[in-house]
Amino acid sequence: MIELEGLTKRFGTKVAVDHLSFQVRPGVVTGFLGPNGAGKSTTMRMMLDLDNPTSGRVRIDGKHYRDLEEPLKYIGALLEAKAMHGGRSAYNNLLCLAQSNRIPERRVAEVLDTVGLTSVARKKSKGFSLGMAQRLGIASALLGDPEILMFDEPVNGLDPEGIHWIRNLMKALAAEGRTIFVSSHLMSEMALTADHLIVIGQGRLLADTSMADFIQRNSRSFVRLRSPQQERLRDLLHEHGYQAVESGNGTLEIDGATTESLGELAARHQLVLHELSAQRASLEEAFMQMTAGAVEYHAHGTDVHPGTDSGPRWGDQAPRWGTTSQGK
Amino acid sequence: MTTPYQQPGAPFGTYTSPIPVRRAHLGDALASEWTKIRSVRATVWTLGVMVLLMLGVGLGVAAIVSNANVDTEGEPALGMGFFGVLLGSICVMTLGVLTIASEYGTGMIRTTLTACPSRGRVLAAKAIVFFLLVFTLTTAIAAFVAVVQTGMVEAPDATGAQWLRATVGIGLFVALLGLLALAVGSLIRHSAGAITIMIGLMLFPLVAAMFMMSESLQDLQQALLEYSIPSQLIAIYSESGVSESAPAGWEPVWIMLGVTAVALGAAFAVLNTRDV
Repeated sequence: MIELEGLTKRFGTKVAVDHLSFQVRPGVVTGFLGPNGAGKSTTMRMMLDLDNPTSGRVRIDGKHYRDLEEPLKYIGALLEAKAMHGGRSAYNNLLCLAQSNRIPERRVAEVLDTVGLTSVARKKSKGFSLGMAQRLGIASALLGDPEILMFDEPVNGLDPEGIHWIRNLMKALAAEGRTIFVSSHLMSEMALTADHLIVIGQGRLLADTSMADFIQRNSRSFVRLRSPQQERLRDLLHEHGYQAVESGNGTLEIDGATTESLGELAARHQLVLHELSAQRASLEEAFMQMTAGAVEYHAHGTDVHPGTDSGPRWGDQAPRWGTTSQGK
Repeated sequence: MTTPYQQPGAPFGTYTSPIPVRRAHLGDALASEWTKIRSVRATVWTLGVMVLLMLGVGLGVAAIVSNANVDTEGEPALGMGFFGVLLGSICVMTLGVLTIASEYGTGMIRTTLTACPSRGRVLAAKAIVFFLLVFTLTTAIAAFVAVVQTGMVEAPDATGAQWLRATVGIGLFVALLGLLALAVGSLIRHSAGAITIMIGLMLFPLVAAMFMMSESLQDLQQALLEYSIPSQLIAIYSESGVSESAPAGWEPVWIMLGVTAVALGAAFAVLNTRDV
């Protein structure tokens, strides 16, 4: 369990992290999402006591990081893939970490096996590809068999097989009751791995919600229609109270309708349809919409998100909405 | 989502590691730093070149003096070790800087401090491992060179105190100089910058003193000559310093001890408060 309380970091006049408060709970994968420069890495560095917060605090199982005796047995962290001495072998890079926390040497071989680097254990890590370096970083995080794992952009540089592997690894680790905290700027990746979601933008908390809620709330469903008799179709839809929005290429998007009702309506009036499909807006789009709200100067042309009129708006004040306050 | 989402307030699934928890201490940090220093090429290169310089230059000087029948003017042969040690100390300074600055260069420092959040312990472990390694090696090679030189060159016998200074004294001075480099490396966090500063520290006082020819600068010139690192090394070998008022005998070692202690203290204070 990791708790952040009003965590703030200023670099000169720039506020990198702004009064961030949230909890990372055990047994689930918590995704930490934000665009580049949102303050994710700074937050993670403060969680590990590498950077000093300007104000606020982080507690790990109730303790400050510096008070953990053998931190690798509580927290394993992957910050940057290349945070190792390139001239040292993979084995020795892990061995010196194990020794500093009194972790038995056999664990080094075990974690190298887990991440599939046994065959290059004695090779200098300098020659590793980004994917291999990422695996070595993950091995170092697993070294102490910790109850909390933190990964900063773990799928960076991994091939599809590696991405699949890390996803399953994270889920398996969470299923064992561990706390998994993983950052990413890819919503699609988070949708596949995370159970809980924390979104930040410009250092501020934008969302703290379960993944299921987030999907429910943010993926707009609509029906896409395409017809050679578009004018007649539009009039017809209007007559029946449907709001049709043209989305280019002669297609219409209709919110709050089903393919059945629209198909039958068209059939009754003998209109030819070239397309009739149910659509869901991507989560990626929802995420961009959310974080764009935190950027004041973001250019907003047309409203691509008409379904959220009654939903939360993400303005400068960045309301904190989560499962407890506004969840269903 | 294969795992059920837990609502806040639900009982926490907690994971307990099967690895036994034993409190880590400075000894573990020392083991870790020993693994680090022995597993990089920089150590082999710098210390290897130092050994070659001490042996090659030391024995070379002895051979020349012995062949040319140079009069040592009543000084024992031990002082001929100076040239090799002076050159070798540059290697030691380089290794001292790299011991910590390379961790900043590679990003390893973040991994190190995540594993051991007690920054004082990390710095202490690095300092101790580096100091013991350099002290042992320098003392052993200095002793070997001194024995061979004494055998090669006809000169008055050295006293026991002189032998002690030419071996243990030199070992201490060089290892402390290396520790000073380590402290500077920790403060600067940049290998090339810190190595340049250390080489400048070694050469600048002598070079600057050469140009201080005006009357008004004479005191400063005198001080620079007396307290420059090469002069201090010479002073350890001889009974008197480079001049009447200059430090001599064990004094250079104590001076270096003081300077290094201050620098390490500063490095510790800064490391403890700075963002990594």
